[in-house]
Amino acid sequence: MDAIILQILNGLDKGSAYALIALGLTLIFGTLGVVNFAHGALFMIGAFCAVTLSRILTFSHTIIDESRTDFLGNPLKVQVPYVQDFFGEAAGATIIDWAVPLSILFAIPVMILVGVVMERGLIKHFYKRPHADQILVTFGLAIVLQEIIKYFFGANPIPTPAPDAFRGSFDFGVLLGFEANQIIYPYWRLVYFAFAAVIIGGVFAFLQFTTFGMVVRAGMADRETVQLLGINIDKRFTIMFGVAAAVAGLAGVMYVPINPPNYHMGMDFLVLSFVVVVVGGMGSLPGAVLAGFLLGILESFASMKEVIDLVPGINQIIIYLVAILILLTRPRGLMGRKGVMED
Amino acid sequence: MLGLGKKDTTLLLIVAALVVFAPFILNPFPGGSGMAQFNAGYPDLMQRFVIFGIFAIGFNILFGLTGYLSFGHAAFLGVGSYSAVWMFKLLSMNVLPAILLAVVFSGLFALLIGYISLRRSGIYFSILTLAFAQMCYALAYSVLTPITGGETGLQLAQDDPRILDAARDSGNLPVPGLFGLEMRSTADLVLGDWVFTFSAGYYFCAVVMLISFYMAIRIFRSPFGMMLRAIKSNQHRLNYTGLNARPYTLAAFVISGMYAGLAGGLMASMDPLAGAERMFWTASGEVVLMTILGGVGTLIGPVLGAGLIKYMENILSKINGDILHSWFAFLPDGLEDFIVTIVYPFIGKGWHLTLGLMFMAVVIFLPGGLVEAGQRIARAVRGRRSDDRKSATTEPAE
Amino acid sequence: MTKSNLTRRGVLRSGAIAGAALGVPTYLRAQESGFTNAPGDSSVTLGFNVPQTGPYADEGADELRAYELAVEHLNGGGDGGMLPTFSSQELDGSGILGRKVEYVTGDTQTKSDAARASARSMIEKDGAIMITGGSSSGVAVAVQALCQEAGVIFMSGLTHSNDTTGKDKRANGFRHFFNSYMSGAALAPVLQNAYGTDRKAYHLTADYNWGYTTEEAIRSSTEAMGWETVAAVKTPLTQTDFSSYIAPVLQSGADVLVLNHYGGNMVNSLTNAVQFGLREATANGKQFEIVVPLYSRLMARGAGENVKGIFGSTNWHWSLQDEGSQAFVKSFGTKYGFPPSQAAHTCYVQTLLYADAVQRAGSFAPCAVAEALEGFEFDGLGNGPTLYRAEDHQCFKDVLVVRGKENPTSEFDLLEIVEVTPADQVTYAPDHPQFAGGALGDCNNGA
Repeated sequence: MDAIILQILNGLDKGSAYALIALGLTLIFGTLGVVNFAHGALFMIGAFCAVTLSRILTFSHTIIDESRTDFLGNPLKVQVPYVQDFFGEAAGATIIDWAVPLSILFAIPVMILVGVVMERGLIKHFYKRPHADQILVTFGLAIVLQEIIKYFFGANPIPTPAPDAFRGSFDFGVLLGFEANQIIYPYWRLVYFAFAAVIIGGVFAFLQFTTFGMVVRAGMADRETVQLLGINIDKRFTIMFGVAAAVAGLAGVMYVPINPPNYHMGMDFLVLSFVVVVVGGMGSLPGAVLAGFLLGILESFASMKEVIDLVPGINQIIIYLVAILILLTRPRGLMGRKGVMED
Repeated sequence: MLGLGKKDTTLLLIVAALVVFAPFILNPFPGGSGMAQFNAGYPDLMQRFVIFGIFAIGFNILFGLTGYLSFGHAAFLGVGSYSAVWMFKLLSMNVLPAILLAVVFSGLFALLIGYISLRRSGIYFSILTLAFAQMCYALAYSVLTPITGGETGLQLAQDDPRILDAARDSGNLPVPGLFGLEMRSTADLVLGDWVFTFSAGYYFCAVVMLISFYMAIRIFRSPFGMMLRAIKSNQHRLNYTGLNARPYTLAAFVISGMYAGLAGGLMASMDPLAGAERMFWTASGEVVLMTILGGVGTLIGPVLGAGLIKYMENILSKINGDILHSWFAFLPDGLEDFIVTIVYPFIGKGWHLTLGLMFMAVVIFLPGGLVEAGQRIARAVRGRRSDDRKSATTEPAE
Repeated sequence: MTKSNLTRRGVLRSGAIAGAALGVPTYLRAQESGFTNAPGDSSVTLGFNVPQTGPYADEGADELRAYELAVEHLNGGGDGGMLPTFSSQELDGSGILGRKVEYVTGDTQTKSDAARASARSMIEKDGAIMITGGSSSGVAVAVQALCQEAGVIFMSGLTHSNDTTGKDKRANGFRHFFNSYMSGAALAPVLQNAYGTDRKAYHLTADYNWGYTTEEAIRSSTEAMGWETVAAVKTPLTQTDFSSYIAPVLQSGADVLVLNHYGGNMVNSLTNAVQFGLREATANGKQFEIVVPLYSRLMARGAGENVKGIFGSTNWHWSLQDEGSQAFVKSFGTKYGFPPSQAAHTCYVQTLLYADAVQRAGSFAPCAVAEALEGFEFDGLGNGPTLYRAEDHQCFKDVLVVRGKENPTSEFDLLEIVEVTPADQVTYAPDHPQFAGGALGDCNNGA
């Protein structure tokens, strides 16, 4: 039982990442009708926003410590961050320690800007073009973004830990009435799940309860009619692209302490997030979220030793297998609308 | 000729000429000169050009004609390679049975996957094919290691049975060949500073590619091809006329899968090793990109796209900082370093960046892919000529 | 002038001057020297095939730096690096057999197909006489097989799987790097000292050949000293989040976690294991421990603070104090500003070993070079006295057991050497079951 609860927690956690990326992807599908292969790159850029901020915070000047030597036998150069000079050593260290949560504030404007520039500068010209052209141009863009990041940050993963307060783990089992040490879960992963829930809730509330959201939903359902009513739907869709980029970016920022980011992390998630979106059903936001969590949980169960012993290799293919089964039994995924991207 | 129209005959002849004279065309720069870095006329790359050309031609029969975007076509290439290598291991080093088996197996495999995937259309179809291909990749890399060789790939071994071949006394592995003609044998032609290499393997691939290209033209021009185009333009209307589109799309899918298997079989014949990465989604994505880059639905486009991507991959990635410095050595030192610093991110380890920029540039400025570039040039040339010869109206090659 | 295209073209050209002068095509068989890509009189081209894109690009970049340094030293530039400390004093900085060393580079992308395409282009287009490099066993095995067929020497870079010199060994291929078996043999005594003989191990294994051989090696050597293997779970190569594999470990009754992962897999699985509190946990009344059989400095850097106190093995480390290592660290560090990685070291050494073998053989012919390398004993290249065993073309030398450092002084100072396991402790018989199957075959001179 405790093993199953653990895997459900793992699944929810993985599912949060899938759901956040898929949510943005399906927003872009649904509003703009664009197949965005650069969406994984947006997730990656978000992650590197966190890396950049922690680099900025640890921007240092060098003092030479004569008492120690480096590998060549020269006096050791010690880096002292300016932040520590400015705020004093302890306060400076705390600020550096909180780099990842601080990056959220940094990443939101950056990601919205990236999204809007991308939409106005490039994607806008591809609304009327075939999906094939959209794939080629966004894939090209993804490669370019990835290579730019690689140029500045290298190919190696960059460790960017969570603040000290959130390191370590938490005995979740005790809350549920299990014995101690049965269900131990890292703090940061719980934070990630809560964060994802807030963002997903926020996006839904925004679309459901604001006038702006209502217009966007109307535009998703029937773009032409909304335009005939004299509403500038394009401008709203541009903003939605920015929102989608920000959602992907924030998913990336918060993901950084879970796994050290590298420049191709976006590509690793790209295919998976497409599968999630399609399994959820094209044009359906709740579908994308549902599919994200469902696939996350199933993936976690499939990686249990007992399951692998029963069906060797199941952990390798579970996501794709489930995707095939769902698409064969439910023609438009879990909650897809008829006629969206079916041609 | 051969049941083709005048235009298509011309196109086929042009392609044939290009392919036959490729060792010359791809080696325009004399050896030893700074530009020799850009020569592509060596056997391995020429073989890759035509093999990926076949792959892309086949993919285009499905995607270009029916509009069904398969995102898992690399699986058939992989299945073709594995069956060819197994044929080398078990039966004989002759390439013909290997290629035959590769085509048959990938055809059967395509029939199975196509039958299931074609129950859905649009992006649902794409994701189904992607899912199948990813499952093939993941299993081939891990649990199926005894059959596929896993990470290290399926290779020949000294103690393979090879029941049709005579026993060997040499301690070296046998080489794939065509009735004794080794695929790797080459002859060099030296003309001054130029060395042109003619490889048996390349010409074998070239012949196969020309046959595939001819068959693709026939398919494009046949009533079957018309039917496939009808499916692309409006499947619903087709359904209303009482026609069932499924058998046609399935046939196109299987044909296209067999082309991929043929390419896989040829790849294994040129270089008898089959690795699982051939089936990874990026490999499937690559053929999609080749086709779009060249021009979807055109005959020659996919071949051009395949050539361009493979050229970038093999030529750009080999330019290193040292070579750059030697190119710009004639400049004053400061300027040389400056230019090298500017160019360096785009070559060698940065070749992906150039590739990405090229994808974007082509799709932004040439909406019809490389074929459109050709058409524009043709139009520009004709525009100038039409001043003196107004009657000259050759239609642009498709 | 480029570095490439000179050598083979030069030979061919000189052989064909008469025909070309008359404008009459001359057909030549590929080579008249009796082996593929015989170099001309003035220069020789080596092919450096390393990952430049993909997840191992940084490791590849470090390998390339080492190659450039080796070429510089062979041609008499720089401070000579390990040339003065190398026990064989054949190399004198005048290139190889009096020919200036030139090189071409290529990108393996860490994919067998791309690596073979790149290697073939070096052989066919640039006339490379030797191919070296790589950062994974899949690529090493694939390129090694290619070089065997083409008739050139392959000096592998970083490849740790037993198969490279086991079931997939080839007569034209040589490996200086250590292997899974050696990791197991070197780690076991250290683990016994540190953690005792009564331990229960849980293995997470990357689901491909290298993972299998490493798991097998570590299992057999730890079980031999009394450890029990509770479970071994295979994880997909493409896995990025290992939480669902890590979470059940504590409940399994194990008290040691062995991560048979490399590269990005290892960085993520170790990070996840530490996140789940395994470092602080106790099981069966003992402190819970994590072991990473194969360490590299780049991976340690990726995993950051999580490596602290964790045991693993490595081929070489820059903090070694012997003369050869110090000379290498000094010339590498002076040129690039940071210490070399183990991948850089093995690549540098392989280039020197190849050059030395050619020099001793007095010929570039692959069979002559192979003969010179087989059974070659040397010292002064950083791993103590070393033997290139003739039976499987594997180097036998000291193996380092390292531990993540508690108080690193810089971003390169992440590992500390715990023990230098002497070569005879990691030596095995050529027909050891973990290396069974496969045969070297005959060496191939090519065309």
